[in-house]
Amino acid sequence: MNITELTVHELKDKLASKELTVSEITKAYVDRINEKESEVGAFVTTYCDEAISKAKEIEEKVNSGEIKGELAGIPIGIKDNINVKGAKTTCSSKMLENFVSPYDATVTEKLNAENLINLGKLNMDEFAMGGSTEHSAFHNTQNPWNLNCVPGGSSGGSAAAVAAGMVPWALGSDTGGSIRQPASFCGVVGLKPTYGLVSRYGLVAFASSLDQIGPITKDVEDCAMLLNIITGHDEKDTTSENIEKVDYTKVLKNDVKGLRIGVPKEFYAEGINEEVKAKLEEAIAKYKELGAEVEEFSLDVAKYSLASYYIIACAEASSNLGRFDGIRYGYRTENYTNLRELFRNSRSEGFGEEVKRRIMLGTYVLSSGYYDAYYKKAQQVRTLVRSEFNKAFEKYDVIITPTSPVVAFETGSKSNNPLEMYLADICTVSVNIAGLPGISIPCGVDSNGMPVGMQIIGNRFEESTILNAAYTYEQATKFRDNYKPEFKGGAE
Amino acid sequence: MKVSKEEVMHIAKLANLNLRDEEIDKFTTNLEDILNFADIVNNAPVEGLTESFGVNENYNVFRKDEIKVFEDNEALLQNAPEKDRNMFKIPKVIQ
Repeated sequence: MNITELTVHELKDKLASKELTVSEITKAYVDRINEKESEVGAFVTTYCDEAISKAKEIEEKVNSGEIKGELAGIPIGIKDNINVKGAKTTCSSKMLENFVSPYDATVTEKLNAENLINLGKLNMDEFAMGGSTEHSAFHNTQNPWNLNCVPGGSSGGSAAAVAAGMVPWALGSDTGGSIRQPASFCGVVGLKPTYGLVSRYGLVAFASSLDQIGPITKDVEDCAMLLNIITGHDEKDTTSENIEKVDYTKVLKNDVKGLRIGVPKEFYAEGINEEVKAKLEEAIAKYKELGAEVEEFSLDVAKYSLASYYIIACAEASSNLGRFDGIRYGYRTENYTNLRELFRNSRSEGFGEEVKRRIMLGTYVLSSGYYDAYYKKAQQVRTLVRSEFNKAFEKYDVIITPTSPVVAFETGSKSNNPLEMYLADICTVSVNIAGLPGISIPCGVDSNGMPVGMQIIGNRFEESTILNAAYTYEQATKFRDNYKPEFKGGAE
Repeated sequence: MKVSKEEVMHIAKLANLNLRDEEIDKFTTNLEDILNFADIVNNAPVEGLTESFGVNENYNVFRKDEIKVFEDNEALLQNAPEKDRNMFKIPKVIQ
């Protein structure tokens, strides 16, 4: 039995039947990290020794009956923009290279309450700005399916670590596709919850009206399990909704008969790679075969959403990142004679190029003279996008699109053209703009063996519907039984 | 949409960033490209639509204005680039 190839629900069953112990599981993951991390580079910080001693401690407490809970002792990886008390939260930025979090994020408290074991903090694009993890200030992360390719981003470390079997599951964050797109590139499952379902307290803010934390997992059942842990109202996040908790593992019915699926034709038009399109068409045909009702319709919001996303996200980022001034925490320049120089030089030396570009863009669209033409218009577009989705969900239960117009590309191939990189977010951003839930699941591989992702979008707080739709497709097609990352390419 | 070097320098000042000459050139081009693309929001059929500031229904979330003491001062101060006793140290502000 290869422990690191098992899903979390399989690990859970084997713990319950005493076929495996907590220490054996943690040890297997630590060994896997030692074997693969030099090739993949998924982590910013690993906690291997700590994880092994934590596993012993939890194992003893489970044996003595002191702690119960069927997930006690399961390891996890956490994106490096989510606070874990006493651990570094770097956001993959020189600005926060030495920042040690004085408190736990709400999601971290929830993981701790289940006695999960933190294997490490995962690499990302600096401050979650990017779609390739090439904007990490520390190192690139490579795609386990082809080591010459990017894992996507910004949660590239999380997706690559799950795909490589270095963690059984992970948390990511998604502002414009940062969970779904890397999940798609790495052939794993990634869910961005409805805005307000998961507390953002302790997540380093990028664009507060768009950010959500969510699971990246090997399969849909694991996704439902991890979502169960992290949801819930939190008084520390005023945008978290006070709604009844759902057990998402109970909604996986393996049945889509009568499910109304909308296929928005604009999301399959220009710019979508032909092989990606073909895989999506196969997946949609599979849904028909499984008894769903599929209809093509027009949802002409993608381009407006993308433009409005880059205006709103950068505007909010320019404001959120104003707090980095070299005073209370974060990088401080050595080169200053007064306070103004201290601010400017600390920020200029501490932030990387992509972060500066977005701060500049955000400051521009908020500045006097341009506010009405850009920011105000973008907020109106937001209303338009929400209302178009509302109309669509009167007719359909879910909407299916590609997660990304392309599969994982070669490292370095797009890094000189920011606009081209931004345009690749076309399929995912409207979901954030409208605050909807979206899941990406693998739906095959292209002719080079690279995974293709399908995005299933639901109405607000309809995680149950998209999880069941994803689960039913997954059970019918069994991607994980047919394809595995092969760590092709790389340094040889 | 044309973006000038002077505008980029003005925006950098507002954002508290020092840009090197080559960064100014690069960002001038980048901003122009991105803003030209983003300009399509001005063609969107949004006439008469209100602005959305988020996706939650608009309501205020109130709580009591209570002081809560964060006990672990040391954990907060350990991240300070420069400190003096239990205070953050900054350069002299009043000349």
